[in-house]
Formats: sequence, C-alpha cells, structure tokens
Amino acid sequence: MLTQEQLQELTEKARQMRGHIIRMLAAAKSGHPGGSLSSVELLAYLYFHKMNIDPDHPKMPDRDRFVLSKGHAAPVLYAALAERGYFDKSHLTSLRKFKSIIQGHPDMKRTPGVDISSGSLGQGLSVGNGMALAAKLDKKNYRVYVLMGDGELEEGQVWEAAMTSVHYKLDNLTAFVDYNHLQIDGTIEEVKSLYDVPGRFRAFGWHVIEIDGHSFEALDKAVAEAEATKGRPTMVILNTCKGKGCSFMENQAGWHGMAPKPEEAALALKELGFDA
Amino acid sequence: MGERVATRDAYGNALLKLAEINPNVVVLDADLSKSTKTTAFSKKYPERFFQMGIAEADMMATAGGLATAGKIPFASTFAIFATGRAYDQVRNTIGYSGLNVKIAATHAGITVGDDGGSHQSIEDIALMRVIPGMTILNPADATETEKLVLAAAEYESPVYIRLGREPMPGVFGEDYQPVIGKAVRLREGNAATIIATGIMVERALLAADILNQKGTTVRVVNVHTIKPLDAAEVIKAAWDTGAIVTAEEHSTIGGLGSAVAEVVVQNRPVPMEFIGIKDRFGQSGKPTELLTEYGMDPEHIVAAVEKVIGRKNS
Repeated sequence: MLTQEQLQELTEKARQMRGHIIRMLAAAKSGHPGGSLSSVELLAYLYFHKMNIDPDHPKMPDRDRFVLSKGHAAPVLYAALAERGYFDKSHLTSLRKFKSIIQGHPDMKRTPGVDISSGSLGQGLSVGNGMALAAKLDKKNYRVYVLMGDGELEEGQVWEAAMTSVHYKLDNLTAFVDYNHLQIDGTIEEVKSLYDVPGRFRAFGWHVIEIDGHSFEALDKAVAEAEATKGRPTMVILNTCKGKGCSFMENQAGWHGMAPKPEEAALALKELGFDA
Repeated sequence: MGERVATRDAYGNALLKLAEINPNVVVLDADLSKSTKTTAFSKKYPERFFQMGIAEADMMATAGGLATAGKIPFASTFAIFATGRAYDQVRNTIGYSGLNVKIAATHAGITVGDDGGSHQSIEDIALMRVIPGMTILNPADATETEKLVLAAAEYESPVYIRLGREPMPGVFGEDYQPVIGKAVRLREGNAATIIATGIMVERALLAADILNQKGTTVRVVNVHTIKPLDAAEVIKAAWDTGAIVTAEEHSTIGGLGSAVAEVVVQNRPVPMEFIGIKDRFGQSGKPTELLTEYGMDPEHIVAAVEKVIGRKNS
C-alpha cells in the first residue's frame, strides 16, 4: 500500500516527468510524445518507488533492470533517469541532437542508467528473459521489468519471447503492455487487430493482470501480485491513454511521432501547471 | 595433416573445455544442438544451457540480455539462420549495444551439401562484416577452431564464429596458437600470394604444391580473422609478391576477397583474382561435387594464380 505522502510524491514526479517530456520534444522538434506520456506513471512508479537502483552506480550488478522495449518512448525514460539523478537535467534539451548523451532511441553505451539499447521493436522481452535467466543462474534476486507497446505485439518475436519466459518459469520478470490502442497508422483495431490481448498471454501460460495504467495504487498492487506469483511470469496490461496529461494529444494517433510546436508546448506545460 | 574432423565437432569439444575454465560461459541453441554439437555441453552443464526452440531471433536477443549480466553466451545455430533470420537482433541488440555475445554459426557455405541452397549460407560473412565492431572468425580446421573458440571467450566483443558441417583434413599441429586479428603465413613464395580462409586454406596449400611442381612459388596466408583484418599482412603480400588471389567458401561479394581488395586498393594496388561463389545460390549435391561446380578446387586456385601472375607481368 502506498501512503498518501508517497502517492503525492509519485504524482508530482509524474507531473515533472511530463514537463520534461514536453520540453525535450519541443527542443528536439521531433520524437514521440504520445507513447511517452502514456507510460509516465509506470516509469515514475518503478524509478521512484519500486526498483532497487543507484544512480551513482548505474551498473550495480544486483540492481533491478528495466527494458524499454518500445524504444521510441525514450523521452519518458530520459525524464525518469534525469529526475532520478543519473545525469544532469540540462542534458534533456539535447534530445536527438548531435553528440547528445540522449539519442533518438535508447543507447546503453551513451546514457547512464539505460540497461539495454532498443528501438527496433519486438526484441526487449527476449532481452529481459536473458537478464532474468542470468539472475536465476547466479541465484540473485534482482527483478526485471519490460515495457512493450501494444502495436509492438504485432512483431512475431514478442510471441517467441513470451514462450521463453513461460518455459523457463521466469517469475523474476514482470512485463507490461502499454495498451493505449493507437499506433502510427491508426488504431490497433484498424491496423492489425490484437483482439484479446490478455487472453493471448493467458493462453501462452502467463499470469495476467489488467489495470488502469495511470493509477499508482493499481500499479503497486499489480507489481506486488507479480512478485508473489511463483513459477511463471506476469504480464500487466496497462490500460492507458496515449498522450495522457496533454488535452490536445490525448487519444490522437497523430501525436505518436510528432513534436509539439512552441505554442503547443506552452499550452501543454500550462495544463500541467508549469509557468512557461 | 591430421585426421578429418568437422569444425563444428571441434566447437562442441571446445565448449566442454571452456566450461571448465570460465564459469560465465553459457550456451544457447535453437533446436539444432545435435547438429551444432552443443549436446555434450547441454548434458554436462544443463543449468548453463538454454534450449530456445526454433526461434533464432529470440535466441539472439536473449543472448544479449545474458551478456548484459556478465555472462558469455555462445548462441549456436546454422549460419543461414544466425545471420539471415536473426539479422536485426544481431545488428541492433548485440552489435549496436556492443554486447559480449559469441555467435557460433555452423553449416556455413556450400559444403552443407545435400540440404541445398536454402541452407547454404554464402553471404553470412558479408552480413556480419558490415556491422560495426563485429569480430569475424573463420577457422580452417579442428585445431584452429578449438583454439579460436577458447580465445573468443576471452575477447571482449561480439564475435561471429563461422563453422562447417563437413569433416575436413587437419592443417595445424597441436602446438599451433592463432591470435585473433593476426594472419598466419603458411608458405613462402614470390610469384603471388594466396590469401585463404576456412576450408579453403587446405585447398590453397594443395594449389601451392601444384604450382611448386610447375616451378612457381607462392605465399599462402591464412586469414582466420576476417574482421578486424590483418591489413599489415595483406599490404606486405601486395608489396612482396605483387599479385593476390583470395579464396573463401562464400560469395565473392562482401567476404574475404572484398575485405582484402579494400585494403589493397588503398595501399598497394596489385592485380587480384577471387575464388569463391560468383553471385549464385547453392544447390543440393555432395560437398566435393559442389566445390568443383562452384570453381573452388585447388586446380581452380592454380588457374587463378596463373591468371593473376599473367596480369602482374603484362
């Protein structure tokens, strides 16, 4: 259970992260706001409450791992890492720029705190499985968290990996799907329907939990349930709103991969309660 | 020359030795462990062996994840699947992240034989060579395979190890010690240099014998490390002998021949000939039949050497 104080702190972290996302995308003039904003609560929860990590020792061997399989949502990861102190916040405005430590998609060689490079969809669950297998082999109790997009589930490798997680009983791995129902060319249902997302993972042998992906209480309960589930991995389906927290971006496929113009950024920041 | 052993068998034996030396070594396979020869390892070290099923893409990215946690994964499958089916995973997860994964690719080249062109990888070196930071090893015999596999485990880099299905004659004695990145001069001669890799090394030596009988001496250089290429040795061959023939069981587009040519034209342009597969797919047949059909017998190398010497002197 989260205390009122913790809830308030996480809510404020989420607000700060949304502010970072809007500002860094406006400065970059390109990037992916929609799927970054829809994942804010999950990353705020993991990076400011759940994960055993140390920004001063990003490679600490026993740390919990986070895999951003939907690598295009890099801004939300950078917002979390900067806010958590992995690097100075002044770097955020260098997103996607030449020689920046924060590349267009996550690059573990350049950004402290990034556990794996990503960007080509469908590979992160496999990577997370590898990390979880290593933990089991070394008898370590760190946990692995993997975030996938809903459109990403159209990649066949996701289902290869979903079989591996179950086959190896990776109960030290918790995966999330950011189920915001939108991808670049339209709604998931229009582009290539996934039909029964939770049913698919259940059929593959996963423990499946469906929650409101913007609720910290729900996240806290689901992650605890995942941790208590032994002998199989847990998939948490996050029912989310693409572009969450920015009125004109919410549920708009067009904001998948388009940066806000200065006046749009100003409006978004005002809605989030920032001065400019 | 020792007994005939396939390099894939030497790989399986090397894994057993490695397991004793290095506790971080783990092995992955994609339902081909009997063919890739990882079975003995899987039986002796079941907890360090990961059967991934027929899912090469998943296997490569899983190997990447293991590597981030300090493991030294050897991901084993056929060359055609390791580099073709799983290219994006090798490129983006392993290569781009610079992860310490060893890709052990057996059944490379046309000597796969009966299975036919769908299974004969003629482009894997080219595909791996264009990935920044990828190291490429192509051992010539069982001894070299065993020693290079052991060396690869100590070599902090993504490494692609190209192995064959067909038993091949031994080239090296037990006291031979290859060093990653260092080409090995096997014969001295001044009329031309044959630069060979993999199973073509033994054939290059046979070609050199034939040429010797005809009164022509050629240098023979074994390039077990195609990347990073030993450019100094290549340039020396160009200066010393003035003509080069490359020999590889791979397409002449993008493989050893291309790598050597890139160095030669920038440093000491000399006439070159290329022995290899000339922009064709493979097909079913006995390895010996296919090597003849695709122009890769010692006699073909001899003809290429004579041709290149003719151009050098014209």
